[in-house]
This record gives sequence, structure tokens and C-alpha cells, in this order.
Amino acid sequence: MTEFREKTDVCVIGAGHAGCEAALACARLGLETLIFTVSVDSIALMPCNPNVGGSSKGHLVRELDALGGEMGKNIDKTFIQSKMLNVSKGPAVHSLRAQADKAEYSRAMRKVLENQDHLIIKQAEICDILWEKISGEEKKVTGVRTFTGMVYECKAVVLCTGTYLGARCLCGESITYTGPNGLQAATHLTDSLKAMGIALRRFKTGTPARMDKRSIDFSKMEEQCGDETIVPFSFSTDPETIQKEQVSCWLTYTNENTHEIIRQNLDRSPIYAGIIEGTGPRYCPSIEDKVVKFAEKERHQVFIEPEGLHTNEMYVGGMSSSLPEDVQLAMYRTVPGLEKCRIVRNAYAIEYDCIGSGQLDGTLEFRTVKGLFSAGQFNGSSGYEEAACQGLVAGINAAMSIFGKEPLVIDRSEGYIGVLIDDLVTKDNREPYRMMTSRAEYRLLLRQDNADLRLRKKGYEAGLVSEKEYRDLLEKEKMIREETERFKNTYVGAGKEIQSFLEHYGSSSLKTAASLAELLCRPELSYEILGAIDKNRKELPKDVLEQVEIEIKYEGYIQRQKRQVEQYKKMEKKGIPRSIDYDEVPSLRLEARQNLKHFRPASIGQASRISGVSPADISVLLVYLEKCRKTE
Amino acid sequence: MAIEDTIAAIATGLTDSGIGIIRISGENAIEVGNRIFQSPLGKKILHQAENRKMYYGFAADEEQDFVIDEVLAVVMRAPNSFTGENTVEIQCHGGILVMRKILATALKSGARMAEPGEFTKRAFLNGKMDLSRAEAVMDVIGSRNEFALASSVSQLKGMLSEKIKKYRAEILYEVAFIESALDDPEHISLEGYPERLEEKIAGLTESIERLIATAEDGRWVKEGINTVILGKPNVGKSSLLNYLAGEERAIVTEVAGTTRDILQESIRLGNISLNVTDTAGIHKTEDTVEKIGVKKAVEYAKDADLILYMADGSMELNENDKEIISILKDKKVIVLLNKSDLENVVTESMVRKLFSEMSGQKEFAIVRTSVKNGGGMEELGRTIREMFFQGELKCSHEVMITSLRHKKALEECRDSLHQVRRSIENGMPEDFFSIDLMNAYASLGRIIGEEVDDDLVDEIFSRFCMGK
Repeated sequence: MTEFREKTDVCVIGAGHAGCEAALACARLGLETLIFTVSVDSIALMPCNPNVGGSSKGHLVRELDALGGEMGKNIDKTFIQSKMLNVSKGPAVHSLRAQADKAEYSRAMRKVLENQDHLIIKQAEICDILWEKISGEEKKVTGVRTFTGMVYECKAVVLCTGTYLGARCLCGESITYTGPNGLQAATHLTDSLKAMGIALRRFKTGTPARMDKRSIDFSKMEEQCGDETIVPFSFSTDPETIQKEQVSCWLTYTNENTHEIIRQNLDRSPIYAGIIEGTGPRYCPSIEDKVVKFAEKERHQVFIEPEGLHTNEMYVGGMSSSLPEDVQLAMYRTVPGLEKCRIVRNAYAIEYDCIGSGQLDGTLEFRTVKGLFSAGQFNGSSGYEEAACQGLVAGINAAMSIFGKEPLVIDRSEGYIGVLIDDLVTKDNREPYRMMTSRAEYRLLLRQDNADLRLRKKGYEAGLVSEKEYRDLLEKEKMIREETERFKNTYVGAGKEIQSFLEHYGSSSLKTAASLAELLCRPELSYEILGAIDKNRKELPKDVLEQVEIEIKYEGYIQRQKRQVEQYKKMEKKGIPRSIDYDEVPSLRLEARQNLKHFRPASIGQASRISGVSPADISVLLVYLEKCRKTE
Repeated sequence: MAIEDTIAAIATGLTDSGIGIIRISGENAIEVGNRIFQSPLGKKILHQAENRKMYYGFAADEEQDFVIDEVLAVVMRAPNSFTGENTVEIQCHGGILVMRKILATALKSGARMAEPGEFTKRAFLNGKMDLSRAEAVMDVIGSRNEFALASSVSQLKGMLSEKIKKYRAEILYEVAFIESALDDPEHISLEGYPERLEEKIAGLTESIERLIATAEDGRWVKEGINTVILGKPNVGKSSLLNYLAGEERAIVTEVAGTTRDILQESIRLGNISLNVTDTAGIHKTEDTVEKIGVKKAVEYAKDADLILYMADGSMELNENDKEIISILKDKKVIVLLNKSDLENVVTESMVRKLFSEMSGQKEFAIVRTSVKNGGGMEELGRTIREMFFQGELKCSHEVMITSLRHKKALEECRDSLHQVRRSIENGMPEDFFSIDLMNAYASLGRIIGEEVDDDLVDEIFSRFCMGK
């Protein structure tokens, strides 16, 4: 067979949410980029839930957008319902979630890719990563080879294979060797990766059934509407342009009958029968798992969500399952409103290959293969948003490595993306990793409302945020600073007008003059309310006022977290040289030594987060590094 | 900073005792030991000695070819020793001279003198113990009496760890609940939760406070009660100190004002340690030297845990007594009416009256003593015990905080819990609670040397059903 060869800069393997972001980032930075997919019709496919965002995931999308990613813009174009979650809680946990029109989302993203300069879409299965040895263990990527024999020489490869690698789907006793939604699995690449010395493992996830809308009785369910005022995901989207008619979701519940059917058929579940070997996620339990592990719960919530405007398919949130078809039908039909339901697509579990821990740097490049990056579910994560964020970071860093520039690394105090990637590279996760707000130690600072203030600059430095967007940000920062100062330095006296104003809002009276900022700290008062006694107020954009209000209202808490961040940064700054030989470090306990060798942390801070590394080991490490430094 | 070199020290106290132990630890410990120890046949055998087996033989000075003592030696190879390093322990007869001589030989043979607590530090650095255990071991070394020893031993066994772990688990449960509701607001509701949490926090705060309160007891147990003897000149203060210390330390004469400086003595009364400071008699004086003594006495009284105010029960109280009583505010005071062997002039009600006039102080005890013949000394001991340890010193089952670091961590935990309470009172959103709860959790973790890690995420998943 004649071998055709072509040259390009970057090859991105997979066109899911990670692949799209990686490819767009590289192309936008001016690199000739090829994106490979087993099916062009499945670009940016949403094979599971029909929404983007949600608690902490909404944060990820906003951060991605601040850095110059596409997901936020794309969901703003294609959502059919939008909701800000947790609005009764603190600003740090407000989180945006939108229902997507799946088909539209996919189509819109494909359009963006198709019209991006320097980017070419190619339908092909990649079977081989080509590489050469540099020295010892170290290798360097040189290209990829398709199943049909075409070779593309390139400088960097970004692996975004999602759940397609060695995939098999299970629905009760029946097993098919396909990727999600019956799409062709990628079966050849695994061997090539193994030959490069990359360790792989099996993970498992699942999805519930889709039902025909016409067979559902919505009168037995509670309607779940979207927000009245819609907040966009993207900082570049004008809120005015996206206020529109929304579609409802519906809430219903399982009951004792549902649980009884599940219990009686547990032996037919591939997980409980031991057929599935992959590890499933605890945060996304199948209905079987919920019934077994939380036996005391009398009912579980079920959300019926539309898959799009031009389809009758409805997603049955909360009831993913790998039970056989007949059991699924019987079980679903015990749920109020679903008595006569018709299943369009069965629920199924999917198993796939992903990488074992400890092989990636914080830049998402393989430590032993220069130029090989990876992102998304292949890295052991779960979720569209987690994938997209990694895709962007891997894409940017692939580009930076080609340019010979400093990589983009976001630390845990700068963004949820930092938490996500740090956890992926320093932890031996036993299940697909999902973002959660509790994983972010400094979440009071990492709000969805200030993602632009935190990360726009990094996006600008990387080259994905335009000059104008960056200047807008600087202007916004300035307005926030000035208005905050004004609030702190504007005093109101304890005069009659003020007292009656305070009384009106159930706020205690003033004994001496107080600054507007002091008044704003009172829970019962807000920036808006204070307008009545704040005569010299300038007209300012809403997002500026929001920042001023939050920064002043929660100042005490925010200051405390900032101090914690200082401590954290100190430990992060204590770097560990790449060349360190942990066998030379005396007195490390065996487990610590093994795990440090496995994960090779970049800093003392990172080392301290590795499981099995005790404070005593960290002391030893500090002592050792200090000693090395002194003898140098 | 180097931790590879070999160190040696006398591991038992530097007092004459039945048995003394010299410990050598470090990479070359066995070589060093071999230079000191020889078998009854004069052979060097430690390099081939079995682990943790006692060998009988002699400690000798190689160079001078002379036997120091008949000893037992034991070899523990890394990592299976207290320090986690190669260790040799030599048990000799407990005379100070013998121990010093053997140590000197070890130092000559390649070891260096260990710094205080260095064995423990190495054990800690080698991952042989968590922080609370390391500190408990250090406390064993520093213990001044048998009660402190018992307290150290129980911390070592992990009783403190058990308690701390229990509190941590309770806190973690609450955080996990809040977090699961934040992560999955549509499945888990926080309605009515702040009230429930407030109750929980109140209970936890109380438990932590109790533990902190034992820290004071703990300090007294470990370091002894700082006691100052105050009184007019010549009421018998120095005699009391001498009596307690069992030797003539202060100069005792019939001339008032003999003790011009401050005398300090660490003494034992039953199983209590007292750090007693004898002071110059307080009285109006023109003597400059004496003036300084009086001034110092007042200073010492300020920092004391306990004041033994001694008066002569056979003589009327006067202006000088009033002067003294006026500085006794807010102090634990025991009034000693001395010279009870003579005719009693001062009654207890007279003392009470004077106290209420001069300081308003009501919390004090009165004990009649006769230092000259030991009268009232037992009662004095009993009174101190009651005052400081609620009647009895329970040696084994109470958890006591004896480390300043533990106390500090507990206080941080308490402050964080207070902060949670304030947040609840101010109607802050629930996510603010978990920030401070997590801080409280981390503070407690520092006591047992455990970090937060993945505890929270595991707790969330195992306790609460969430997810679609």
C-alpha cells in the first residue's frame, strides 16, 4: 500500500467537547490543525444529559469562556431553558445551568469548526501515534496514522478520545462493541498507546432511557420552568439578545413499586452480576445503585427533560440503568406520568479505556512523550464541561510547546479549572472525576460572576482573548475599584432621614456616621436599596455593581480566604526539581516514595496533596531539598 | 539539618537510678556500638547481633583498654526502631558517672551528642509517629511526676486521637450534608437546617471548650503549679520553703527581712509539682535592696497560678497584711495562718473581713500550719489538689491536653465554630457555614497530623444520595 504523507502542526483526535476546544484553540493561535472524528455528524455530540452547566460545572464554562473557549458561546446560541441554581445561597455557589437543544448545539459547534481558519475536519479513525526516541525513556511525537493508511506528520497531538476507545455498551445481558449512541468505537489506538508505554485502565459510565414525549402524562408531574431573566454563559454575549421563550422540564418520583422491581431483578444487572469490570461514578449512580445503597429512601426524584425543540425525545434524568430492556420498561412504568411510556432509546452502561494516573503534567502533556497531550474523559474525568476545559488547556499548551512559550497553568486558587487539572494529575481517581464545588478550597474567590476578572488576562496572554475584550476587562476592573473606594469613603450622618430610611428596612439605627460600605454589610440592605440615600451615584453596568456588592458584603470572609491562598501559594512556590531521584531521599516511607515517584509532583504543595504522603514525608522532603540547595 | 549522622544520649534521666540507658541512633549506630560493647569473651559482636535481642557483655573504652561497666546491649535495625534508624541501646548500672563515661565513649567513637528531643524528631521525620504521638513522647521525656507520665502515656495510646477523630467525624458529616445540597440543590434541601446546625455547633463547642480547659490542668500537671509565697517578714515563709524542699535553702534567722532576693524551688507535695517562689517579706522599708525584693515579690505574684499568703497566726494583722491582701485580686489564694503551735490571735473571720475590705476576693482557703513541726502540711496538699484538680487527680481515664500546640489548634477550632455560629445568627447563606466548619475540621486534623484530603468527597457520596 502506498503511504500518503502530509504535514500539519497539530492533530486533535476526537471531536467531542474536549477535541473541539483543543482544535479551535490551536487554529485560532495560527497553527495548522487537523481534527479527526469517526463521524463528522457526531461533532460536539451530547450523548448523555441534555444540559450544560450546573453546580460547579457552570463555573467551569464561565472560566472556559474567560480564557477564550467556545462552549459558553455555543450554549448561549442553542439553549432552550436557563436557570441560575442556588440563588438562595451565597454568590460563590450560584451556578448557571442551561438545557440544550442537543442537535442544534452539535450543529452550531460544527459550523464554528467548519468556518475556522487553519482548521480542517477529517473523518477518520486514528490507529497509530507515531513517535521517535529522544533519550532513555523520553519520546517525541512525530505524527499519526489513520486506519486507511494516511500519515499526518505533526508537532503535537491532542488525544480527546472520550468514551470511544475500546468501548462496549451494556444493556442487561446484551453487549455491543460500540461507542455512545451506537457510534463506531475506536478499536485500534489502544494498542498503539500501550506500545508507547502509556498505562490504560477501564472506566464505566451510563445514561438513562429516552422516551417519546407523546407517551408521557405531564399532568402527574411538577413543571420546572426556567428563570425569568436569563443570564448568558459567555461574557461576550449581550444578555438582551438571548431573552426568549423557554421550554419546561418536569419532575416526578420513583416509589416502592419501582424499587421492588429493581430489587427483584438485580441479578440481571451486569454490574451486580459482575459482567462490568469498569469503575462507575458515585455521583451519577444508576437507579439500581440508589435503591441498593440508600435503601431507606422511599422515593427518588426523576427529571423529564426535553432533548431539543425538533424532537419528541425526552431524557429521564435520575434513572440511568443497565438493567435489561424488559425490566427497564416495567420499572419506568411504575413512575407517575410514565405509566404508558414508550422508550425510544434504552438506558445503557458504557465501558471505555482511559489513562491511568500519574502520567500527565499540569500542562496535560505526557511526561514521557513530548508533544503528546490529552484531555477529557480519556483523562479520567466525566462531563462535557470538564472535558471542554481540559481540551482548551491542552490545546493552548500544545500550541505553547510548539511556540516554545511558557505553558498555561491555572492553580487551585485561580479557578475550578485549576482544581480539576490538579486533581486529575495528582490523584489516583478510582472513578470518572466530576467537578464539585466542595473540591474547590477557595471557592469564595472562585465565583462564576468573577471568572473574567480571574482569567481573562491569562486568555489574553495566551492569545485567545482579543485586545478589545482585554481592554474592556481593564475598564471593568477600574470601575469596580473606584466604586468600591467611593462606597468605603462616602459617609452618611445619623440624621433623621437616614434613621427613618434604616427603620423602613428593619435595620438598626445609626449612633454615629457610617460609610455606605458599612451599611452594605448589613444583611437586610443591598446596593440597590442604598440608592435612596446615595445621591451621588453614577450609572454603572450591572456586572460592575454585582462585584462591588459582593466584595463589600462578604469582605471579612473573602479576606480570610485570601490569607489562606497566600499560605497555599507559599507551598506551591517551593518547586521540586524534575530531576529529583526519590530513591536518594532518605527516610521517606515506602508508600510515600512510591506515590511520589508515580505522580512526580511539581511542587511541595502538590506533593502534600498526593495520597499516602504524610506530613512527616513532607518534612523529610523539605529537609532534603534544603540540603540539596545548600550543597549546590 | 543533617539527619543522617549518628547521635547518642543518655535516654533515661540524668539522676542516679537502678538502670541507665544510653541510646545511639543513626546510620553508623552499630559501628559506634561495636566500639563500646564487647562480649564476655572480648569480641565485637553487635554487627551480627539479632534484632531486638539482649546481649550480655561489657562496655569498655577501646583506647584506654579499660572496662567501664557490665552491661546489656540491644540492636534494632532500620526501620524497625523508635527512630526508624539503626539503633543500639546499652543498659548499664544507673550511676551518673557510669552513664556519662559510656556516653563519652560513644561520642569519641563517631556519634555526636543528641539535642533535646532529637530522637523523637527523627522518629517523626522518619514517619514513625504522628504529631500528637511525637509530642506525647517528648512529654514523657519532660515529665516531672508520675501523673504527668500517666497522662503522656494515655495520649500516646491515642486517647486524644480518639476524641479528636470523633469530633472531626461529626463536623465532616455536617459539611458533607451542606455540600451535597449545594452540589445537587434539586435533590437535597437545606430547609430548617441552620437551626439544627446551631444546636450541633453548641454541643461541639462545649466539648472543645472542655478539652481546652484541661490544657490548664495539663500544664500544671506537666510543668508544675507556679506558686508564690507572700507574707510579711519573719512569718515563716522561708521555713515553709525549706520544709517543703527538705533542705536548708533560704537563710532562716530571727531577723526580719533576711530573704532579700527571690528563691525558687521545684518541689513535690504528694503527686503534685509546685514551682515555689519564696519572696522577700512585704513591708514598708527604706532599705533600697529590700525595696527591690519587695517590688519583685509583687511582680512574681502577678504571674503566679497560686499564692500562698502566709501570716503569723499568733500576732495581730497589720497595715502590711492589708497591703498584701490588696494585691491578691483574681488569684487562687491559700491563706496560711502559721505558728499554730503558739497562741492563736487571728481568727478566720478576721481574715475574711480583711479580704472583703481590701480585695473583694472571696475564693480563698485558710489553713492553719505550724511549719516548725509540720502541722497542717497534709491539709495544705489536699487544699491545693482541690483547688487545681477538682478534688482528685485522675490518672488514667481522662484525656488531658498537655501540649501548647494542641491547645492552640483546639482554640482555632473553637474560634471557627464561633464563626459558624455568627454566620448562622447573621443569616448568612449555608455555603459560608461550611467554609468555617472545614477550617475547624482542619484545625483538629493538625493535632493528629492528618490533612483533609478526600475525606469530604467520600463522606458526601457515602452519606447522601445525589446525582442524576
